[in-house]
Parts: sequence; C-alpha cells; structure tokens
Amino acid sequence: MYAALWRALPGPVWLRIIIVLALVAGILWALAYVVFPWVADVLLPQDVTVEE
Amino acid sequence: MPDEPAVERARPRQRLSVVGVLGELLITVGVLVLLFVGWYLWLNDVIVGGEQTQSATELRQEWEEQAREERGEAPPPEPVVEGLSPDQAPVMAEPTTLNAAFATLIVPRFGDDYARTIGQGIAVREVLNSRRTGVGHYPGTQMPGELGNFAIAAHRNANGAPFGKLVDLRVGDHVYVETEAGWYEYTFRGLEYVLPTEVDVIAPTPRAPQTEPTERILTMTTCNPLFSTAERAIAYSVMTAWYPRESGMPAELAGEEA
Repeated sequence: MYAALWRALPGPVWLRIIIVLALVAGILWALAYVVFPWVADVLLPQDVTVEE
Repeated sequence: MPDEPAVERARPRQRLSVVGVLGELLITVGVLVLLFVGWYLWLNDVIVGGEQTQSATELRQEWEEQAREERGEAPPPEPVVEGLSPDQAPVMAEPTTLNAAFATLIVPRFGDDYARTIGQGIAVREVLNSRRTGVGHYPGTQMPGELGNFAIAAHRNANGAPFGKLVDLRVGDHVYVETEAGWYEYTFRGLEYVLPTEVDVIAPTPRAPQTEPTERILTMTTCNPLFSTAERAIAYSVMTAWYPRESGMPAELAGEEA
C-alpha cells in the first residue's frame, strides 16, 4: 500500500521525500490538535469536580 | 560459455495484495495507538500547559500594564515581604459571564513559572479543557478574599494538568490568587480524599454546610487516583495575607517576574 503510494507520487526522489515529510507533518499536526483531543474526550472522560 | 540472453531485470510489477495492505494497515494502527499514548501522557500537557501558562502570563502583564499607567511617573513599588491582614482584601463580584477569565493561580510548589488562568464555571470543554483557562471556579461558591470558600477545580492529568502536583503540596506552602486588585495569599493546610458526591467540601465552611463561615478558605478539587475518576483529591488552604497591587507584589513571587 505504502509502496504504491510512493510510486504514485510525482517528481524525482528528492521531491517525493519532501512531499512525504510534508504529508507526515500535516498528519501529525492534525492528530495532536484535532483527532487525539476528540478521541481522549470520548474514550477517557475526566471528572475533577464534586457534584451530586 | 555461451552468452546468456539478456535477462529482463526489471522487477515484476508489484500488485496490491490483501494480506500486504492488511498488514500495513495494522502496523499503521499500532503506530497511531503508540502516538496517542505518547500524546496523552506527555505531549498534550506540554502543548496545552504551555498555552495555559502563556494566557495566564498575558493576563498578569495586562494588569501590570494598567497599574503602570495609573501610577504615572511614580516609581514601581518594591516587592512586599509582609502582606496586609486578609480582612482588608477587596472582594470582587462573581463574574456573571460563564467561562470568563477573572483571576490567575500561582503556586510556587508547582514550579517556578507556574501560572494558570481561573475561569468562571466548571464546564469541561469551555473551562477545564480550555487552552486559555484550565482552572474553573465553582459557580455559587465565594470569591477570593471573601469569608467562606473559594472553590476551584482542574485536571490532574492531560489537558495541561493544572493540578498535576496537587498532592505534592506541603503544609505551609503558599497558593496565590491574583486578580486585577492584587494578590490573595492562601496557605496550604491539608489534603482530603473523598467520593465524587461529597459536595460539602466546597461548602462555605468545608464539611460543615450549616456552619457560618469564619475563615477565608480556598478549596482545590481534582481527580484521584491519578488517571481515575473514582475519587476526588481535595486541597484546603486558608487566606493568610493580602497584597494590594499598588503597594507591590509578594516577595515570594517577585523572583519570577521579568
């Protein structure tokens, strides 16, 4: 799958490496700021207050 | 030796196989789970904690800036070692807007640069998980400096973990609540571990809801044990001094100010 994705990328190897790094950086950013906070809210609800 | 025929060396075109794709997907899921654990236990606190500290620092600088303008040409006040009596402290009205930031919390025991913003209300998403506030004031409980109980809550882990070191407090540690008017110094008195339903810990006189308050209490609540929601850890402090902004900040905090 990843090999096929690599072949699907345009340009010479150095350009492909840059594209891959940019994609990985974008995915990591989306995970840390969007996906993981949402997952944590759903899977690991936290409760720090006292209430009846 | 006869010449070998030129062998077609090009690799055969790889085709997507079900097993191959499945395997790569499983590896991807595994990496994602590990990334999540790392994010949850560490990176999230670094990111959110940093942003919360940043927002508290900005609020404090804003107040300092206002004080500087009001002071005019007069020299800035020196840090003060002895504060005023708690009964001289002004009491601000409880904010009517939910989630509004109205104070900052400064606890030297939690770290030299520890400062968080206190927001009105205990809404999980808007206050406790917020990258701006992080610490929430129980609506209806008293305000800083008021006779009774100023009760606040925050996370012990994840989302910046403002109360991550709550149970590290030692008797005698100072907990400062800063507002536009100045610094309310509370002195840590003790910890208690309770069930989530024991709401009398935030009563005006903690644990004695029927009693008229005679002291100015600060109650901090967070979850206990760490990573669990089974119990609550409660930290009680009592107000010991008041430092008006115009006469100078507490000497204990002066070291960290720019």
